[in-house]
Amino acid sequence: MLHLLQKPLEAAKPTRRTFLKISAGTVGGLVLAMNLPRGAEAAAGDGELIQPFVHIRPDNTVVVLSKHLDKGQGTATGLTTLVADELDASWEQVSAEHAPSNPQVYANTLFGVQGTGGSTAMANSFMQYRQAGAAAKAMIVAAAAQEWGVPAEEITVSNGVVSHSSGQSATLGDLAGLAAQQDVPAEPTLKTPDQWVYIGKSFPRVDVKNKTVGAPGTYTMDFQRDDLLVAVVARSPRFGGKLKSFDAAEAMKVPGVVNVLQIPNGVAVVAASTWPAIKARDLLEIEWDDSEAETRSSDAMMAELKDMTGKPGVKVREDGDVDAALEASDRVIEADFEFPFLAHGAMEPLDAALLYDGETAELWLGSQIQTIDHNVAATILEVPFEKVKINTMWAGGSFGRRAQADSHPVAEVAFLAKAMLAAGMDPAPIKIVWTREDDMAGGYYRPMSAHKIKVGLDADNSVTAFKYNIAAKSIVKGTPFEAMLMKDGVDHNMTEGAHDTTYAFPLMNMDQSFQETKVPVLWWRSVGHTHTAYVMETMVDRIAKEAGKDPVAYRLEMIKDDPRKVEVLKLAAEKAGWDTPAPEGRHRGVAVHKSFGSYVAEVAEISFRDDGTVKVEKVVAAVDCGTPINPDNIRAQVEGGIGYGLGAILRNQVTLADGVVEETNFDTYEPIRISDMPEIEVHIVASNEAPTGIGEPGTPPIGPAVANAIAAAKDDWVTNLPLTKAGLV
Amino acid sequence: MSITLKINGETRTLDADPESPLLWALRDELGMTGTKFGCGIASCGACTVHWDGVPIRSCQTFVGDLEGAEITTIEGVDGKAATAVQAAWNELDVPQCGYCQSGQIMAATALLSETPKPTDEDIDAAMDGNVCRCATYARIRKAIHLAADKMEG
Repeated sequence: MLHLLQKPLEAAKPTRRTFLKISAGTVGGLVLAMNLPRGAEAAAGDGELIQPFVHIRPDNTVVVLSKHLDKGQGTATGLTTLVADELDASWEQVSAEHAPSNPQVYANTLFGVQGTGGSTAMANSFMQYRQAGAAAKAMIVAAAAQEWGVPAEEITVSNGVVSHSSGQSATLGDLAGLAAQQDVPAEPTLKTPDQWVYIGKSFPRVDVKNKTVGAPGTYTMDFQRDDLLVAVVARSPRFGGKLKSFDAAEAMKVPGVVNVLQIPNGVAVVAASTWPAIKARDLLEIEWDDSEAETRSSDAMMAELKDMTGKPGVKVREDGDVDAALEASDRVIEADFEFPFLAHGAMEPLDAALLYDGETAELWLGSQIQTIDHNVAATILEVPFEKVKINTMWAGGSFGRRAQADSHPVAEVAFLAKAMLAAGMDPAPIKIVWTREDDMAGGYYRPMSAHKIKVGLDADNSVTAFKYNIAAKSIVKGTPFEAMLMKDGVDHNMTEGAHDTTYAFPLMNMDQSFQETKVPVLWWRSVGHTHTAYVMETMVDRIAKEAGKDPVAYRLEMIKDDPRKVEVLKLAAEKAGWDTPAPEGRHRGVAVHKSFGSYVAEVAEISFRDDGTVKVEKVVAAVDCGTPINPDNIRAQVEGGIGYGLGAILRNQVTLADGVVEETNFDTYEPIRISDMPEIEVHIVASNEAPTGIGEPGTPPIGPAVANAIAAAKDDWVTNLPLTKAGLV
Repeated sequence: MSITLKINGETRTLDADPESPLLWALRDELGMTGTKFGCGIASCGACTVHWDGVPIRSCQTFVGDLEGAEITTIEGVDGKAATAVQAAWNELDVPQCGYCQSGQIMAATALLSETPKPTDEDIDAAMDGNVCRCATYARIRKAIHLAADKMEG
């Protein structure tokens, strides 16, 4: 299936100038960049100002079109903030919708295709969405000037009200129709930061109301139509297994079951509603061909990884002869780390809905990389790109899971829709529901990995050499992302946060080795940083301990050329009272890490329960993510990022027995719960730098901060995760 | 099999497989999708509804057992506690992805109806069955305390 994807990645080249030139038709789907005559805009809008990123309607509502998937990270609110600020709309009149799939208009300017990930949403949209708001405002002002016969320079807009000293005043909605007939300014004037009314001021989330009343039509899982059919799919229990034969006789007897159909990756039970499909799937008799499947246990796979780290691999970083430097050192600290597979476990299991009539297709899903989803659907259904429409739904979490290189949920529902037509069924919308077990046992995990570290110290306890060998399955090697994300055979996603460390080690070498397995792997909130931050930050703590230095003081000494990192570390230490003893019975640990352009330091305060298990009591975080667009959302993302990372290091792992996943639901893959959640303080560094990521950067430091707190009590750093393995949970 | 019960105060008749979980009857038969499917094994609480005011997991409650039951879902939850909880959730911007929040709100409403001034321990005990993968727990805790204040005021 991967060959299908070469095309989409080449499909859309972003251009900075197209967005202002797109007009009315963009709501419908694919529209190529073009200059529409002014009259056409007005006619299409019918009293409405329609621009690619913002619509102003005659009823005085302002709708911001989010080109990014909002899966909880608050992107729709962030983009709305940018437009509302430059437009000077009132926050009550704005709302957000997901934009159509259209790479020419809505590409992530850092990806070249429409997609969300790598904590890039605000970084790539900051100028674009402000320009969209400013352009719309300029058109509104021009309309008012025309209507009132006054110079545009004398018109002001504030909180959604357009006014002139003559006493004239109007709403944005009043002027929308006339605004649509104005020229779109090529370079609208943007506000200076001192003029911002919303940016930096915690604009309320635009999606909270719907999410507190169970509003219909929010998530893909809730997609309903009278003629909707629902399917669940029986997939191979082993990764890489193939369907040999099946018997659907018993399944077909379940009332409500409409059909049972073979698709390339398994057997789909199609029913009038969800429950009969689930019930009938249990009655299928299936034989699988495991001849090409992964049949190893995860223990055997880990043994292979550990073996790989003992041998040279692909050179990621090579400062010099590290072995000679280690040999010449006074002493060497060695450590071997093991990280398990992790499932994303988003609350909304995977799902996708499709209506295909043989000529056109309409999809409903939490599409994270719309351009790939779009191309995969078009290719499998053998219809032109413009005959496919994607409705991007709000997603019940993702944490990376919905951003696949192969769009496998879309591929599956497309193959099923084709099979339905081929079986003589009338066209009807079909929704594939993944049960929790399907989702959790379905792979696309954070890769398991082994890390071998050797650090040389001289007689003064200064580091002489740092040797880092890592082994894991690459997320990108062998996928369409390889061309984009690998360079000279090196996968930097695997080693980010380590090979590019700013700790001033005089000599660092890093090798990587690639495990081959049919277990699909994927980015999991913060990708390579999920393991490299843990390794680097616990190793630095060990080195500080060897040197008899305070962990914060030692770090400050070693990162003095990285001023933003220094600042967050100092801020977290200060707010956590690092210079004062921890309260009785508590122990502190610290970690600081840069990811996705943002700097986060965290101080964890832990205690031990009577049974020796760890309770994380409190976390104090400091973050520098450039210009803080929405401080309250930054706090929310760091709180959530800490919780997400903490749950994983406490007790999460996916293991395989003879190739079959052992943890298939929340009873065995126990998520973090409210009783596990520490008190969290988040402090934000004031900054005028360009905005950087915040969805992921809160996650990497929490693991090592907790491990370092444990070590503060026990002088022993956990190297084999999760902490359950050490009896600490 | 035909079952008559009350849902959000209205008498409804369900013509469904008695083995069907209430969750799927609500969502697919009645079109009430506010109650969410999360795990299917009563481990996550996304499907929480009230049965005679008591929070239950609708994924492990079966249609055949519900003759005469009074069920309340997120679509119909009302009253002093529910109003305070929903207001507090909005005020503190609790939801992120939001998928678990129907269940969180149903659980919190049941807690505050029984215990108008809960301690942190009460909150842990009442809410530990409700998973939030976005880990909005710090805000859920704050919002429950805020809702308790609102109910007093």
